[in-house]
Amino acid sequence: MKPRDFDMPDADVAWCAGCGNLAILRSLKTALAELEIQPENLVFVSGIGQAGKLPHYIKGNLFNGLHGRSLSPATGIKAANPELTVIDVSGDGCMYGEGGNHFMHTIRRNPDITNLVHNNMVYGLTKGQASPTSQRDFNTPLQVDGVFLEPFNPLAVAIALNASFVARAFSGDRKQIIEIFKAAIEHKGYAMVDIFQPCVTFNKVNTRNWFREHTYYLEDDHDPLDRNEAFRRATETGEYPLGIFYKNSKKSTFEENLSIYQEEKTPLFQRKFHRGKLQALVESKR
Amino acid sequence: MGINFRGEIMPVFLKEEDISLVLCGEAGQGIQTVEAILAQAVKQSGYNIFSTKEYMSRVRGGQNSTEIRVSSHRVASYVDRIDILLALSSGAIDHLRDRISQDTLIIGDPEHIKSAKEEKTAGFSLDSNFIEVPLMETAQEMGGPIFANVIAAGALSCLLNIPQEIFDGLISDMFTRKGQEILQKDLKAGEAGYNIGKGLMESEKTPIHLSLHGKSSVRDELLINGTDAMGFGCLAGECRFMSSYPMTPSTPLQTFLASNAHDFELVYEQAEDEIAAINMALGASYAGARSIVATSGSGFALMEEGVGLSGMIETPVVICIGQRPGPAVGLPTRTSQEDLNLALYSGPGEFPRVIFAPGKLEDAFTLTRLAFNMAEKYQVPVFILFDQYFADCYYNIPSLPLEDVENENYLVKTTPEYKRYLITHDGVTPRGIPGYGDGLVVVDSDEHDEAGHITEDLKIRTQMVDKRLQKMEQIMEDAVAPELVGGDDYHSLIIGWGSTYWPIREALENITRKHPDEKLGFLHFKQVYPFHKSVAEYLEKAEDVIILENNAQGQLANLIKLETGFEIQEKFLKYDGMPFSVEEVEERVMKFMGIGDDGIRGDDRAQDGGEVLK
Repeated sequence: MKPRDFDMPDADVAWCAGCGNLAILRSLKTALAELEIQPENLVFVSGIGQAGKLPHYIKGNLFNGLHGRSLSPATGIKAANPELTVIDVSGDGCMYGEGGNHFMHTIRRNPDITNLVHNNMVYGLTKGQASPTSQRDFNTPLQVDGVFLEPFNPLAVAIALNASFVARAFSGDRKQIIEIFKAAIEHKGYAMVDIFQPCVTFNKVNTRNWFREHTYYLEDDHDPLDRNEAFRRATETGEYPLGIFYKNSKKSTFEENLSIYQEEKTPLFQRKFHRGKLQALVESKR
Repeated sequence: MGINFRGEIMPVFLKEEDISLVLCGEAGQGIQTVEAILAQAVKQSGYNIFSTKEYMSRVRGGQNSTEIRVSSHRVASYVDRIDILLALSSGAIDHLRDRISQDTLIIGDPEHIKSAKEEKTAGFSLDSNFIEVPLMETAQEMGGPIFANVIAAGALSCLLNIPQEIFDGLISDMFTRKGQEILQKDLKAGEAGYNIGKGLMESEKTPIHLSLHGKSSVRDELLINGTDAMGFGCLAGECRFMSSYPMTPSTPLQTFLASNAHDFELVYEQAEDEIAAINMALGASYAGARSIVATSGSGFALMEEGVGLSGMIETPVVICIGQRPGPAVGLPTRTSQEDLNLALYSGPGEFPRVIFAPGKLEDAFTLTRLAFNMAEKYQVPVFILFDQYFADCYYNIPSLPLEDVENENYLVKTTPEYKRYLITHDGVTPRGIPGYGDGLVVVDSDEHDEAGHITEDLKIRTQMVDKRLQKMEQIMEDAVAPELVGGDDYHSLIIGWGSTYWPIREALENITRKHPDEKLGFLHFKQVYPFHKSVAEYLEKAEDVIILENNAQGQLANLIKLETGFEIQEKFLKYDGMPFSVEEVEERVMKFMGIGDDGIRGDDRAQDGGEVLK
């Protein structure tokens, strides 16, 4: 397959020129094409925000739901039909702010889905307010004295919760982000990729150059099975590591744990009605 | 039924036809065990049974009671009257003070009834109303106070002439899983209870005789509660997915589906909150699984955003709201009908919805199944409003209409040109799901075009609103008609909805038996939105209308006015957290009709005991 197989020629893209989302979109198409995933079997799930618009610009099924809630329908979709490839596309406000509770509990639940979180450390759709990952002293029309809340550390939280795949990528590094996307999509279980990306309009601090200067890749000998080391690296600030921090492939997925898939893999909509069992159950109340 | 006193010195308690037994004790004393055993024992002996519980929101202590009506004829509603009270705690009598009359026979351990017995001022002047039985002492002999519940059950079972084999069989069913040692102790406790019961029946001073006419056909009937009926309806509607957060009184429905998940190939997932619950259910539904959530008012308040999502993306979901008194946490374990407005107006924007409110077990089954089918057919949220009283009350019914169960499949296989929101003549677009066919299924909470993609084209916006609302026309055609009880030549009409069905109906039958010339009807709404087209006509035909609701504002009355223009002047509203009793409905309706009350309690009643609730 080719990346253009995922093109949506009629899409009216609403992002600014130079937006990190454009690079993420291109890289995602390439990753999906290289993995030979058919758009008909692919479901994007998104919330609200600039990131949440991405699935409108790429070929696939789409559940564009409510702000912050995308992981919940993503979990329901995968549970109802495990044959689908489910990719949740969200942003730092959607996932770590409005959807923080779902973020934590979806990690615990471990559905076999990919969770891409565009992290530009600012709210784009609502025009420039602080996001949970905004850095201290970041000035906005609402945070007039600068942000004084501790920035949310999604990687450390995910690793603390023993998430099955935790990575950080940078939108500006096409080669690496494609590899990380592919690894995340192929991973069995919940796979989170926090994606550093510049917002050219509302974040004049964390620019493309800022990300280049403040990030580096985890060393080749970094052991993603070492949870303590992964946690330590996730708490590094100043210079932010990129790459796959942590993997735990031993965890069973949510769908695998559901009794309905123990013997049969058929999606729920194709299951048969149990008239006889229902009659027997009702009769047992006589 | 009344109690006849034969002579003043040696009263004999003779109860017939319809007995209201109430057990009251503290949480943790096993009242529910007694209820479960007695209800089954009563039914297996061929008597009709109704039971309802009221309880406090605590795991230990407080005062909880269960009413068990044992009757020769069908019974399905709560009565205030207590014929026999079994007090299992010192606070029991005080807790039920308002419902105890001079005709109430109070049985209890000397310790538990002592203070009430000594009290001469509050209407308990008849010593003979109190019967002391050594419950706690006997329990101690059996191994501890925990056996008091089984002893009590044994004593009552004996008084009800329930064969001991039936009782022992039920004890075995219930306690075998706890091991032989415990089972044997419980069987012994039951035996001790029977001996106490025999002692009461043979007592020289106060022999108790209860005479009931059992029917063998009752033995083969179903004994279920509102939760079971809705649960069976879910299974019959081919529910495949439930995500919910535990909340009284919806938790038992969640437990029902979770415990049947293996056998019926469905998913139950306890969500982290109600927001996740409805969003997860909508995801599963989008992927083709018939989905449901269950909650209560405050939990549903968290789901409201998701209701709007269901309306916007035209994805079916069934929403069960177990009503309890609010606002906020309110009275967690009590009953109410306060969330009609909440369900009706939930979610931003304008979109169709359907709201059912079953009042009979059979309807709970049928409407719950129908809810899944309506949700699928019209791709809308469908609500089922129930309440604590309805969820928890048990009675025997002959059967459920299982043979009628046929569910239509409304899903289509997509083609490459598939458009999820194609404008059609009736607003309903054939529903595709991802992974079934060659098309793409795109749904969006933003306003969207026919393909499901985000749009700000204002012409399309208007078309899409019209498309969604157009479905209402057909939904109204499919509306479930209200049920009229009594002849259609009524002059006075009672209106009720949801769980008030049987208390109103039993009261109506009592009134018409005493006043056969009164032209009284009862119109029960089992679908409260949108109304069936017959509603206005029913109302216009009546000379006087009274509505009964378990809320303070008359929410259905207000909706009736809004929808039909008909203003109901008389309202009987109860919002203390307890269900309507037959007696209070009877009294209020008689007052409404301007006829005198010629005796709700006392000896007159004993002669009235014919067929109720045919």
